[in-house]
Amino acid sequence: MLVDFFFGLRRYHVPVAITEYLTLLEALERRVAMLSVDDFYYLARAALVKDERHFDRFDQCFGTYFKGMEELFDALHGEIPEEWLRRQAELRLSEEEKALIEAMGGFDKLMEELRKRLEEQKGRHQGGNKWIGTAGKSPFGAYGYNPEGVRIGQHESRHRRAVKVWDRREFKNFDDTVELGTRNMKVALRKLRRFAREGAEEELDLDDTVRSTARNGGLLDIRMVPERHNAVKVLLFLDVGGSMDDHVKVCEELFSAARGEFKHLEYFYFHNFVYETVWKDNRRRHSVRIPTMDVLHKYNAEHKAIFVGDASMSPYEIAYPGGSVEHWNEEAGAVWMGRVLDAWPFAIWLNPKPENIWGYTQSIEMTREIMGSRMYPLTVEGLEKGMRELRHRRAD
Amino acid sequence: MPQGRFEGTDTYIATEDLMLAVNAAITLERPLLIKGEPGTGKTMLAEEVARAIGAPLIQWHIKSITKASQGLYEYDAVARLRDSQLGDGRVHDIRNYIVQGKLWEAFASETRPVLLIDEIDKADIEFPNDLLQELDRMEFYVYETKETITAIHRPVIIITSNNEKELPDAFLRRCFFHYIRFPDTETMTRIVGVHFPDLKKDLLKESLETFFEMREVPGLKKKPSTSELLDWIKLLVAEDIPPETLRSKDAREAIPPLYGALLKNEQDVHLFERLAFLHRRNAG
Repeated sequence: MLVDFFFGLRRYHVPVAITEYLTLLEALERRVAMLSVDDFYYLARAALVKDERHFDRFDQCFGTYFKGMEELFDALHGEIPEEWLRRQAELRLSEEEKALIEAMGGFDKLMEELRKRLEEQKGRHQGGNKWIGTAGKSPFGAYGYNPEGVRIGQHESRHRRAVKVWDRREFKNFDDTVELGTRNMKVALRKLRRFAREGAEEELDLDDTVRSTARNGGLLDIRMVPERHNAVKVLLFLDVGGSMDDHVKVCEELFSAARGEFKHLEYFYFHNFVYETVWKDNRRRHSVRIPTMDVLHKYNAEHKAIFVGDASMSPYEIAYPGGSVEHWNEEAGAVWMGRVLDAWPFAIWLNPKPENIWGYTQSIEMTREIMGSRMYPLTVEGLEKGMRELRHRRAD
Repeated sequence: MPQGRFEGTDTYIATEDLMLAVNAAITLERPLLIKGEPGTGKTMLAEEVARAIGAPLIQWHIKSITKASQGLYEYDAVARLRDSQLGDGRVHDIRNYIVQGKLWEAFASETRPVLLIDEIDKADIEFPNDLLQELDRMEFYVYETKETITAIHRPVIIITSNNEKELPDAFLRRCFFHYIRFPDTETMTRIVGVHFPDLKKDLLKESLETFFEMREVPGLKKKPSTSELLDWIKLLVAEDIPPETLRSKDAREAIPPLYGALLKNEQDVHLFERLAFLHRRNAG
């Protein structure tokens, strides 16, 4: 069963490895978690999940796999109707036993006795000799599969609370396939920052030269380090208006995260697709426009271009001159996009629409093709993939 | 249960899942990786664990220039060069120039220590990878003197991260992981309780309400955290602010007194001022 759970986690795309599974087993064997399903839940989570973004998937999987157990626990600590107990007793007990019960003072008395024993048992279990001793290696023994045995000592409502812990799915926000807040975005955008320290070794490292010369017995040993590009340069192109209104919030978040993250950030707006002009101020978009050609010339190929837009429009807006919904464009959007990609080989397109519906919109497919399939959904996961792309691959 | 089970301390409230993670790490002698919002007591945890189990605490604070080898030892070649120029006799023994790092210190400790590796994500991305072997086997090799240093007692290692960089998988596989969630009202009341045992009930209630309301305000750049709440309450007590001042004041209505302890960002203060202004205008 625990092995099933392990593979279940992998099916839920929680990256667990054998070593972590063994760690969990070892922890169970060493009695880190005792006799309670919420302890087990916390332990399993600490041992198997190493990223809070995966907590939600873990919770879901845990919920699915321990569904039966959860009901078991409910039955255990829930109020068992007395009627039901009585009937069970009637059914199960032989005539002699019934007589014995009568002798002990009737059913109520029996229940009283049972309650007393419960108290006793509980005391002993927390002291930890009897129950632990019998739990053995099987982790399930530990929380008791056998209702007969566990009914005693497990009557606190702890379990119900624990069940709620994973059913509440409080870590939903951290799952990277769902849409994101600024903090998550910043973390994703930080991926680009890492690039800043790579490159050819072309600067003198004074400290290391001194150290290495000393170690060399006084013979000069020159050490070089890569130049520090502490600032990644980013050009952000944002689609505004029209169908993008649905995505204003997520775009704002991306924008604010990017502003916080990149020192060299320039942003421009466009509508639906890039044509001969872009603008920086939406209130004056019709009066103050910047020729795209100027932008192309001003920022060199070191800049990384990020386009944000749903790319949902009429295919004519991409493919034909004069296709724009707002003005007469001399050249087709695709031509402009080609120029943009020539100028900035590092470029990606982020699409706020869910990836699974891209195929249904022709213009999205067209844009994706123009971008050399470097289109990513605007989720943390997509952003991460995009950043990885921006770091490594140049357009062909 | 093994000796020294961690159950929170009189100054540190640990949730059940945190206790379990700490105890798992102590029992199995694996590192414990702690993440969480800034100001939720990640670094405090190590101090409190050390106090609770009566172990010495060794702190290793990581910066962007920290290298893994610095935690093991450093060979002070420059000092040796200088000594050789001056004809110092010490120069013949290389041991004189080996400077022990924090990890060595932890390995050499006579009693089992708690080692805090603080903000591991600040370092270079290769940093955690460079420590794999050392954390796994709790031993390392000193090239200069050709000796292997093995831990006398496997230290309890607590690692904190602020999520600025992804940590490598191989490293994560060797750790237990815990994410400190932002405390709920009940836990927060207990936390404030251990820090300000004499706090008047009404002030506690009002300040917590104001605090959680502030966290709910959309668009805050930096939500106030536990440590900021504690600072703020300290100020409220010091200034002897009556709870009535806080009462009936929706966070949207006015900026709470001494807000400087809670809001650390100009834009956030502006946001609150704007909200207060809008509210007044609507009311009037």
